[in-house]
Amino acid sequence: MDANIIEVTNLSKYFDDFQAVKGISFAVKPGEVFGFLGPNGAGKTTTINMLTGLARPTAGAIRINGSDAVQDIAAVQQMIGIVPDESNLYDELSGYDNLVFCASLYGVRKRERERRAEELLEQFGLADTGRRPFKAYSKGMKRKLTIAAGIIHEPQILFLDEPTTGIDVESARQIRRLVRELNDGGTTIFLTTHYIEEAERLCDRVGFIVGGKVVRIDRVTALMGEDEKEYIIEFTLGEGNSRPEAGLDQAMLQAFPGVKINRVDHRRLRVIPEKREPIAGFIKFFEDAGQPVYEAKIIRPTLEDVFVRITGIEIAKMKREKEGRRKR
Amino acid sequence: MNALIAFWNILLKDMKTYYLKPPNISWGIIFPISWTLMFFVRSGSAIDIRGILPGVMALSILFGTTSMLSVTITFERRSRSFERLLLAPISLNLLMLAKTTGAILFGIINAFIPVLYALFLTDLAGINWGATLLGVIFIAVTSTFLGLFIAVSVSEAFEAQTFSNFFRFPMMFLCGLFIPIGNLPAAIRPLSYIMPLTYGADIIKHAINRAGIITPGLSFLVLLAYSIGLFWISTFNIKRKWIY
Ligand SMILES: Nc1ncnc2c1ncn2[C@@H]1O[C@H](COP(=O)(O)OP(=O)(O)O)[C@@H](O)[C@H]1O
Ligand SMILES: [Mg+2]
Repeated sequence: MDANIIEVTNLSKYFDDFQAVKGISFAVKPGEVFGFLGPNGAGKTTTINMLTGLARPTAGAIRINGSDAVQDIAAVQQMIGIVPDESNLYDELSGYDNLVFCASLYGVRKRERERRAEELLEQFGLADTGRRPFKAYSKGMKRKLTIAAGIIHEPQILFLDEPTTGIDVESARQIRRLVRELNDGGTTIFLTTHYIEEAERLCDRVGFIVGGKVVRIDRVTALMGEDEKEYIIEFTLGEGNSRPEAGLDQAMLQAFPGVKINRVDHRRLRVIPEKREPIAGFIKFFEDAGQPVYEAKIIRPTLEDVFVRITGIEIAKMKREKEGRRKR
Repeated sequence: MNALIAFWNILLKDMKTYYLKPPNISWGIIFPISWTLMFFVRSGSAIDIRGILPGVMALSILFGTTSMLSVTITFERRSRSFERLLLAPISLNLLMLAKTTGAILFGIINAFIPVLYALFLTDLAGINWGATLLGVIFIAVTSTFLGLFIAVSVSEAFEAQTFSNFFRFPMMFLCGLFIPIGNLPAAIRPLSYIMPLTYGADIIKHAINRAGIITPGLSFLVLLAYSIGLFWISTFNIKRKWIY
């Protein structure tokens, strides 16, 4: 067996003369949660569609679990589960019937599909609503049922296209928990998202995709570690500032040679020492200077900081675009 | 075995979900019934009822199958649930056969609604039922694949209805259903021989009234060729347009 369960090489997709995906390469290891993180229109869905057989690559190679996804898509489709970016089950069918039908598409036997459907409805908290038609479901319930439909045939690999976009906080949390449980059970997961926190919390590795190009792939811990080389402590001081700020800074530079100081606002300042050292020394210094410390914390970089630094894209802008698109 | 399970469940779901959908009832069942009644009321005498029966049957099949297809394919395309089927591990040919078999059966059922009426109104002795059934099946298959061709060419269900009317209504007049082809102006007659329904209706005319004008063997061959051709073009179009 391959060391990688998904292997993509120089994958490109043109729509007429517009290139949506620009020669991307990446690999996913068995048992991993791999995330594609990028703004609207980056090419995430197009990539998933090519991997799952809904779109044909213009160029490049895809191997999934040892099979060629371009030549032998049916073999690949038998091993994978797909949760599209839209909940696209059958409106007229009940939750239960939807699940049973989806299992039948993969050749799951009748007894087994009925058992799995009951089990999944229970697991996803939909047991009470399982006999109601899909069209009567709330957005969060639809999403959950769509995910259940994606795993009813127990695929080795699950593709999730923006699993929590546009649904309520509670359902989103449940979905993240379910994805983690599924992964603990051994399922390899490929997901796309534009929620940085989601990638940070769920993924072992992420790829940043922007404008059809993968600009960076790494372990989440490694990406965050890079920015963590700088050790930042933020202090929140009292209101009463007996000495002028410049004076305090001056005194600090003398007490801690090589330290860098950034003022956040009139009460908060960030201190960047040359090397890691206990914060007790700083607190004592402030107390001695007549500045009670109300709060002290280590500032850790978020995946967001890393994303912004590498792609140059502001997250706020990314979210605004998304909201705008959904309103259409 | 896996493919068989998928095939059977796709077919079963379509039959359960769509046979009684409004567009199918109006175009597939109510419309042919209205036609049947109108013709039967106008023709009055028993001989005439038998005379127009092949035409009414052919029409019922045509409308039933094409309207069914515009629902099973076009509705599901729009709600994007069709993508599920394209993502399933079965070949496109088998998938499309599963999606069309429901319509073929629906067409066959529709064909016998006018027969039921006629049964009460006239004597149906001497009909070759075997040949009638075979003709009905061939018409149902051909017009289903015509409906598939139409459904694949459009993106909205109402477009599919409009587009199929573009085919359906000329066929009513050109295929010798109620006006013998011999009575049509000579300039139009070649058109009649392009329409598959001409051959289908002729088979049933042979079987019911021994009144056909084309050798049945030839008619079967033409319908077979049309079926294969339309199915092939349709799957080709799906591969080109829907797996983009
Ligand atoms: N069927 C299509 N025809 C033409 N352009 C498309 C098609 N699908 C996607 N695109 C374009 O390709 C780019 C990538 O789209 P997509 O993969 O959906 O992005 P994402 O999922 O990352 O938001 C976008 O600019 C989009 O407009
Ligand atoms: Mg997308």
